[in-house]
Amino acid sequence: MIVNEQIAIEHGLKNDEYKKICELLNRTPNITELGIFSAMWNEHCSYKSSKLHLKKLPTKGKQVIQGPGENAGVIDIGDNDAIVFKIESHNHPSFIEPYQGAATGVGGIMRDVFTMGARPIANLNSIHFGSPQNKRTKNLLRGVVNGIGGYGNCMGVPTIAGQTSFDSSYNGNILVNAMTLGLVKKNKIFYSKAAGLNKPVIYVGSKTGRDGIHGASMASASFDDKIEEKKPTVQVGDPFTEKLLLEACLELMAGDSIIAIQDMGAAGLTSSSIEMASKGNLGIEINLNKVPCRETKMTPYEIMLSESQERMLIILENGKEDQAKKIFDKWNLDFAVIGKTTKSKKIELYFNEEQVANIPVNTLVENSPMYDRKWKKIKLPKKNKIKKEDLKNLKIISVLKKILSNPNICSKEWIWQQYDHTVMGDTIQKPGGDSGVVRVHGTNKAVAASVDSSAVYCWAHPLTGGKQIVCESFRNLISVGAKPIAITNCLNFGSPENEENMGEFVECIQGIGEAAEYLKYPVVSGNVSFYNQTKNEGIKPTPSIGGVGLIKDYKKMITMDFKEIDNIVLVIGKTEGHIDQSVFARNILDEKNGPPPEINLFNEKNNGETLLKLIDNNLIKSAHDVSLGGIITAIAKMCIKGNKGINVKKPKYLINEMEYLFAEDQGRYIIEINKKDFKKVTDILNKNAVHFDDLGSIKEKELYINDKTKVTIDELRSSNKKWLEEYMSK
Amino acid sequence: MKSSVITFPGSNCDRDIDVALKKFGFKNKMVWHADAEIPKSDLVVLPGGFSYGDYLRCGSMASKSKIMQSVINFANSGGMVIGICNGFQILVETGLVPGVLLRNKYLEFICKNVFIKINNKNNIYFKNIDNDVLEFHIAHNEGNYFCTNDQLKEIEDNEQVAINYCDKNGNIGEQFNPNGSIKNIAGILNKEKNVLGMMPHPERMIDPSLSGEDGSLFFSNLINNLK
Repeated sequence: MIVNEQIAIEHGLKNDEYKKICELLNRTPNITELGIFSAMWNEHCSYKSSKLHLKKLPTKGKQVIQGPGENAGVIDIGDNDAIVFKIESHNHPSFIEPYQGAATGVGGIMRDVFTMGARPIANLNSIHFGSPQNKRTKNLLRGVVNGIGGYGNCMGVPTIAGQTSFDSSYNGNILVNAMTLGLVKKNKIFYSKAAGLNKPVIYVGSKTGRDGIHGASMASASFDDKIEEKKPTVQVGDPFTEKLLLEACLELMAGDSIIAIQDMGAAGLTSSSIEMASKGNLGIEINLNKVPCRETKMTPYEIMLSESQERMLIILENGKEDQAKKIFDKWNLDFAVIGKTTKSKKIELYFNEEQVANIPVNTLVENSPMYDRKWKKIKLPKKNKIKKEDLKNLKIISVLKKILSNPNICSKEWIWQQYDHTVMGDTIQKPGGDSGVVRVHGTNKAVAASVDSSAVYCWAHPLTGGKQIVCESFRNLISVGAKPIAITNCLNFGSPENEENMGEFVECIQGIGEAAEYLKYPVVSGNVSFYNQTKNEGIKPTPSIGGVGLIKDYKKMITMDFKEIDNIVLVIGKTEGHIDQSVFARNILDEKNGPPPEINLFNEKNNGETLLKLIDNNLIKSAHDVSLGGIITAIAKMCIKGNKGINVKKPKYLINEMEYLFAEDQGRYIIEINKKDFKKVTDILNKNAVHFDDLGSIKEKELYINDKTKVTIDELRSSNKKWLEEYMSK
Repeated sequence: MKSSVITFPGSNCDRDIDVALKKFGFKNKMVWHADAEIPKSDLVVLPGGFSYGDYLRCGSMASKSKIMQSVINFANSGGMVIGICNGFQILVETGLVPGVLLRNKYLEFICKNVFIKINNKNNIYFKNIDNDVLEFHIAHNEGNYFCTNDQLKEIEDNEQVAINYCDKNGNIGEQFNPNGSIKNIAGILNKEKNVLGMMPHPERMIDPSLSGEDGSLFFSNLINNLK
């Protein structure tokens, strides 16, 4: 086939990008070469629209061992232990084929983590669906949950936390973001940088098939009416093979024969070989006849672009091939020497003794396009004035029940009960709390992780929204007693070619960067997913933040369930009564305009650090951050979890009771303390200039508000639990 | 006391059970599925997981592993064998315990704490446990125990039902059955009572920080019974 401009465009390349390829090569590429360029230069692999802005994120810190640019980020948690973690999107394939799309998303992120030598110890996910009324939503949700469970459960890695939301902006583009944490010894971390000449290039894992060809290109485009035709671009997962691959790789890694290792993820053999060569400033020569294939008569083009799962590329020390092969034989996995490193700085492919591609590596990587896309600044919307008469007719308890059963707030037990969250025997905080927590096996340490996003806030004002998610992540870790260390982000947006979507991206990053910098909570890994749009409809901007923190003594971990009758409940942080963009405003008052709550980074840091101090002094019995639905929703959840009641007394502020209870002001936590510690606790809060209100004390099984209105905890629990169960059983 | 845990390709609770056995005083060895003989043991455990990916039928390929002949001989000569979760599925495939394990009734994987009632304490596994009801943890997709009416009669007549799903007071009812298993059966013994297959994972409940501590009760009692 002779390559021309038309074929290049069919590969997702733009006119001028094709011209640039011809100039760089000084000739017309053949079809295999064009395929390689299209795979490396698409948005998903090249970050061409985002690179310029991602550079602004803070990525360094005392505990950061590896920031962005590797398979995953790495942080130091002391005693020669390190945590490897990353979040990644698998949005497009999950909409086309929810089970396989979600499953391979989970498989891909685990591979990124064990490629670096770490045993995966926890999975998390952030999944977003269209309106519950949309006819596809239920099947997509079921398929995605089955897929996540199907893969993670089989791998024997606990799924310890997650987030699920529903919004009509995801009707045509669901989001599936998967995150994995792995544990590794600091001196046994593996990287993807090739080194040395004439070193054998080894292919291990599953055989290569025709699945997933052009997967990364598909994920770099918007959806249209023909999306059903894209099914073949979705990969098919085999968690059993991945489990074997994990064990085999870790066994090989225990020795010293690996120079570099890279998983074959997006753009398969193409991106893995090119990235390793590029990082090592070397060339790679591959004989494609040596690649283990699952199907007959596969062409070089297909072999290079297949996204078959569960494969790794390794550069070994010379002479270690037999020893390595033994390990992969033991685990019944393919092992093939397919090429070698060269000094040519080119990627040279051979098939049937003919050269089928010859491309300088730098043209694919350093010379890949980079765009400074046009973007529009988004103004802070004006505040709404809430009319007192709108509030008059509302009854607190019925509003509270409505909020607790809101699809975005209700209990997600139906989902996480389908994930094995206890395998590995170290899960000390299960899903449903502020963060999932796993012990560092065999030590007194524990690692907490949470994944958060706030699409509504980001949509209303991206700069504030960006800051807010980082702060919320920070709070979720602190609420369980963990010191926040670093984050990974998954940036899900519409088309970068649309100025408004690009503006949302740029300003969310700005917000994330500012908060991460201030809180010393750097970004160590992440991924960008653009083109989450169907025709011209994009999703609400949805950056997801995965946060990781450390608990030095796991016995000091905090949970959110109320513990003991007569204990006192305080709210830390000031309540100003911010209602705009709250669940209360959007769902009860039906007011969808206005700014999101403001972020005060000083207060966030100060309130959080002070709470950590209180926890360290064993003064906190339970804690929970205040987020969607405000103080009363947070308290109701603590009551439900602890099966206890409370008499909530609104302090004598000037603001209205409704505003006080449902406002979504930031930087706040609910804490439970013992009566006898009241003075100690309030002294510490006062000394650190942390505002607090005394909300009352814990009672048996009923929630009262100002002595009068009451509701049983069982009623609240049923409001909170039944929506999702009923929705899925219909 | 010496124990052996068999690792099949796809086993994923092998480390967890190793940790639990050692914690309660067993000298445990990990045994590879392709080995021919199990080492000298007082107890053999087939762990949970997804042996051979659970492809074909859960446990069926593992039941034909090389090591299994040695495990079967050990069981037939009176040796103690526990199969937990996938291990239980492997046991039914070998025929060491009767019945089959079908897909859960609601077709969903279930991971949660459940209560189980000890049906029969006339065996080395549950003898001397004071409680009648224990809180255990399950995590499975295919735990729906099924057998023919004739088999069921035989199992019951021989007192082979070890544990049943129940509520915290020991009531056995359909509403406490997480997976649809016949008569709420959560675990059964062979006729001779030396082989136990069960869906719950006691190894996940060996520490107050985890889902509970009734697993500790099970293991500490077991090693005392063996001494």
